[in-house]
Amino acid sequence: MPTIRIQVQDFDLGAEVSALRSGNPGIGAIASFVGLVRDVNDGAGVATLTLEHYPGMTEKALAGIVGQARARWDVIDCTIIHRVGELRPTDQIVLVVVASAHRGDAFAACEFIMDYLKTEAPFWKKEQTPEGERWVESRETDAVAARRWKGPVR
Amino acid sequence: MLKLLLFASLRETLGTREESIAVPAPATVAGLVGQLRARGDAWANALDAGKRWRVAVNQEMASLESPLKAGDEVAIFPPVTGG
Repeated sequence: MPTIRIQVQDFDLGAEVSALRSGNPGIGAIASFVGLVRDVNDGAGVATLTLEHYPGMTEKALAGIVGQARARWDVIDCTIIHRVGELRPTDQIVLVVVASAHRGDAFAACEFIMDYLKTEAPFWKKEQTPEGERWVESRETDAVAARRWKGPVR
Repeated sequence: MLKLLLFASLRETLGTREESIAVPAPATVAGLVGQLRARGDAWANALDAGKRWRVAVNQEMASLESPLKAGDEVAIFPPVTGG
C-alpha cells in the first residue's frame, strides 16, 4: 500500500527508505526524489515560501497518480510526502520514494510521479520576497515534462 | 445547495474561502461560473475566459460542461504549483 502524507513537519529520507523496504526481500531497487526550497526564483530573493493545498482532493490526486504509475511500471511500493505551511530556503518540500524489483521501473515511476504531481496535485506556492508577496505562476516547462509521458511507453 | 471552495490567488482576490450557493441554472460548471461572473467586476475579472483557472467537482478535475447537483463540492483554483 502506498504511503501518502501531507504534513507540516519535516521528513527524513533515510527513515522513509528504511520503512519502505523493511521486510520485503523482493525489492531490488529504490529511487527517490527530494524537492527543496531555493533562495532565488524568477530573479527575486525568496525569504519564505507558503504552501497551500486542497485537503481531500490532494490525497485523491496523489493516489490516482500512484495508480497510473503502477499500471505502467513494476512498482512494489512507494511513499509520497508533501509539506504544507511556511517553508524557508534549503527546507525540504516533497519526497517521492519508489521501490521496485529493478532500477528502470524505479527511476521511471519516480520521475513520472513527480512530473504528474507538479501539474495535477492541488498545491499552490506563495513566495515572500523583498518586493512583497507573490503567487508562483505555473510553468509551461512543467506541463511539457508531464506531457512527454503520454507518448509511447519508454 | 452546492459547496463552493476557492483556493490560492482566487481565494485572496475574491475574499472568499468557502460558501454555500444555490444550484445554478443551467446546472453545469458553466452555469455556475456565469452566475459568479454576474456578481460584479472582481468576479467577472477573476473568472475571465482568458484567465487560467481550473474547476474540480467533488475533488475530481472537471470542465465547463460538467453537470452539477445539490450537495456537490465545487472548487475553483489557479493552475497548481506544488512540488
